[in-house]
Amino acid sequence: MTTSTDALPRKRVHLAAHFPGVNNTTVWADPRSGSQIDFASFVHLARTAERGRFDFFFLAEGLRLRELKGRIHDLDVVGRPESLTVLAALAAVTGRLGLAGTVNATFNEPYELARRLATLDHLSEGRAAWNVVTSSDAFTGENFRRGGYLDRADRYTRAAEFVRVSRELWDSWAPGDLVADQESGHFVRHGDVGAVRHDGPHFTVEGHFNVPRAPQGHPVIIQAGDSDEGREFAASTADVIFSRHGTLEEGRAFYTDVKRRLSRYGRERHELKIMPAATFALGDTDEEAAEHAAEIRRLQVSPQTAIAFLEQIWGRDMSAYDPDGPLPDVEPEQEGGVSQGRVQVADRAAVAAKWRAVAEEKNLTIRQLVIEMTGRQSFVGSPATVARRIDEFVQADAADGFILVPHLTPGGLDDFVDRVVPLLQERGVFRADYEGTTLRDHLGLAVPRSLPEAAPAATSGDAPRLVPEAVPTAVPAAVPAAVPEGES
Amino acid sequence: MTTPLHLAVALDGAGWHPAAWREEGARPRDLFSARHWAALVAEAERGLLDFVTIEDALGPQSTAPDGPDGRTDRVRGRFDAVLLAARVAPLTSRIGIVPTATTTHTEPFHVAIGIATLDHVSGGRAGWRAQVSGRRAEAAHFGRRDFPVLDPEHLDDRHVGDLFEEAADAVEVARRLWDSWEDDAEIRDVATGRFIDRDRLHYIDFSGRWFTVKGPSITPRSPQGQPVVTALAHARVPYEFAARSADVVYVTPHDREEARRIVEEVRAIPRDGAPLKIFADLVVILGADAAEAAERGARLDEVAGAELTSDAAIFTGSAGELADLLLDWQRAGIQGYRLRPAAVPYDLERITREVTAVLRGRGAFRAAYEAGTLRGLLGLPRPVSRYEEATTS
Repeated sequence: MTTSTDALPRKRVHLAAHFPGVNNTTVWADPRSGSQIDFASFVHLARTAERGRFDFFFLAEGLRLRELKGRIHDLDVVGRPESLTVLAALAAVTGRLGLAGTVNATFNEPYELARRLATLDHLSEGRAAWNVVTSSDAFTGENFRRGGYLDRADRYTRAAEFVRVSRELWDSWAPGDLVADQESGHFVRHGDVGAVRHDGPHFTVEGHFNVPRAPQGHPVIIQAGDSDEGREFAASTADVIFSRHGTLEEGRAFYTDVKRRLSRYGRERHELKIMPAATFALGDTDEEAAEHAAEIRRLQVSPQTAIAFLEQIWGRDMSAYDPDGPLPDVEPEQEGGVSQGRVQVADRAAVAAKWRAVAEEKNLTIRQLVIEMTGRQSFVGSPATVARRIDEFVQADAADGFILVPHLTPGGLDDFVDRVVPLLQERGVFRADYEGTTLRDHLGLAVPRSLPEAAPAATSGDAPRLVPEAVPTAVPAAVPAAVPEGES
Repeated sequence: MTTPLHLAVALDGAGWHPAAWREEGARPRDLFSARHWAALVAEAERGLLDFVTIEDALGPQSTAPDGPDGRTDRVRGRFDAVLLAARVAPLTSRIGIVPTATTTHTEPFHVAIGIATLDHVSGGRAGWRAQVSGRRAEAAHFGRRDFPVLDPEHLDDRHVGDLFEEAADAVEVARRLWDSWEDDAEIRDVATGRFIDRDRLHYIDFSGRWFTVKGPSITPRSPQGQPVVTALAHARVPYEFAARSADVVYVTPHDREEARRIVEEVRAIPRDGAPLKIFADLVVILGADAAEAAERGARLDEVAGAELTSDAAIFTGSAGELADLLLDWQRAGIQGYRLRPAAVPYDLERITREVTAVLRGRGAFRAAYEAGTLRGLLGLPRPVSRYEEATTS
């Protein structure tokens, strides 16, 4: 390889495997498509990722089934396990792979969630990660005690305080507090281990935590969100950002902006990894890969799915139109909507106008238009091309690595691991084997120091307004389909 | 002819005696490792036991009825039991796994999908020990509700009644969510583009005093359909909760007559569906013979600095003597036992290797697992979803 970066030490690529989600990125009409809920599917994908020496395995979450036109959306894969429970089971059948779960901070309480995450970290010997998302969505809230009726600003400050309380709980057992000395008869070092006292605007937690300090100190924190406040939250708090892919240029701009913010919090550039979601399509040659990519796109957008996409943008019933016919001459609704549990299209008129222009210019049917406008794969090519492109993105500081979203359960990562990973290893940018045992080791992150003496200062709860957000739903035109589903 | 007994063990820390962690071979640092638990559950499975339970609570252990006791000489700290159960499930294949999850302070939706997920990852071996949290100290960990200090000598009837009413609502929500996907809801019909038949998914529309839950579940119906719900009960209000909500109840008689009286009382409570399985809890301190068991008990008490006390009866003796007692109480209507080993692995191994052998010799315990699910082991049929029944009847 002769590139201008040859003289510099090459950055290492980080890779994660996203279990295929409940949106149309996941193809179920392919005969090779397996169960989305059998544990065997999770085992297959996790072991494939571990065979490929991936950093971690990633599970999304959606706590209410999505609806379209007032009914449960029936065209996409749907149904999934409780994230942390299935990750705990996967800890038994993997040895090094990080285990990352998305858990909504809005519908949980810090004491319970912090102890579940600490438990997962113990049970996996230091491989746990938490993707922090929030919701202000009353629709999802209908499944929970608290409901979802937080205003947008509140939901952000609540999430920031949630992470803060969790860290206080994780720090409440100092590294030496578990003694378990049979001779002296001391099981714990003193009679007040786990003491926590937090009184903030959103949480009052007073008492004693009941899980000893976890192997990683704090499980790895992942955050997904792109707003200014989201970036600030990530810069202050997160270990990994799960970002959108976009182009090389967009990736570089995002990367530069977020890494720049780190110094405000006394953090080094390497302490926050930026890992966009990415889809891929492989072939023996670039031409074959392009054909494969087109075939996947066709399977992702069935005739019925094409109409459903259109209805989300137009905000009205479009079921009378032929998906293989032309775009009808109707205007989008300005108010209201037809979908629940998805991010809404912001400006329907503008998006619809753009779509209409493309349809007319290229003379496309409804289905062809939806295929054209949504969910192009991030990386399409031969294994050599894809390995080169991934390396280029990382060396160009457009990313530190990628969270790969396969389109098939459970075998969608097999080819990537068998054919692309060895090439990344040959390029010297991806580990040949795990060099450590914990997820923090894989990501090059230090174990946070336990700061019991600093705890009183950290308990006021009046954190700056830091803003985590959910990953938006794969809404056409608003977001590329590489973005995973449903967290809202 | 003897009706076979069901046998379960209750796992907690190094065992149920407070000095168990100081016994030779206890390896107390391993209490916070997966391998400790994996080894115990594997041992229970080798003994062909019906299931293990795993204790849990939303606060540290304490000798005080409510709040910390400041002690440093006892096991403190526990894993989340549902996650621990999921961690050991793939390492076993036949034994039921029944974690404790609290109904107070938690979200019924999360608990329900956690147990359903455990059922998926274990291939149909999940249960749930539903437990209330009445302590003021635990409520303060959540900061949402102000409970009175729990005083076992002067229980506040209304507080206790509320806790169990809420628990019954939480179990009802879980059961509806577990049924909210009919078994054949997933159709993968390419012709119509439909992955699911949404007419076979159901809103549960639960509305109660403590919460409302819309549904449906996000988790498809699990192998058992309804994982096994269990509850420990010492008094009238929890008996009523168990009769209304559980499949298995653990009671705490101290002799055969009390066992008979409790069985009568529980059986008299009206209930829908299959009869409740009544198990008795016993703390067991075993030995090669009665004298050795007594010696072990005395040694443990001495290390602990106090005589062992428990809500359940404490049995000290040989495996043969324990088998006698189990068969004796069976005649009072007890159908199974949840044995609480005083110290692991010692007392667990006496149960799995000796007590089971004695019972088997008397025709009262299985020689091989006869079913692949926990419901199967307990003789409970796999229920059809209540919503399916409603639409087809």
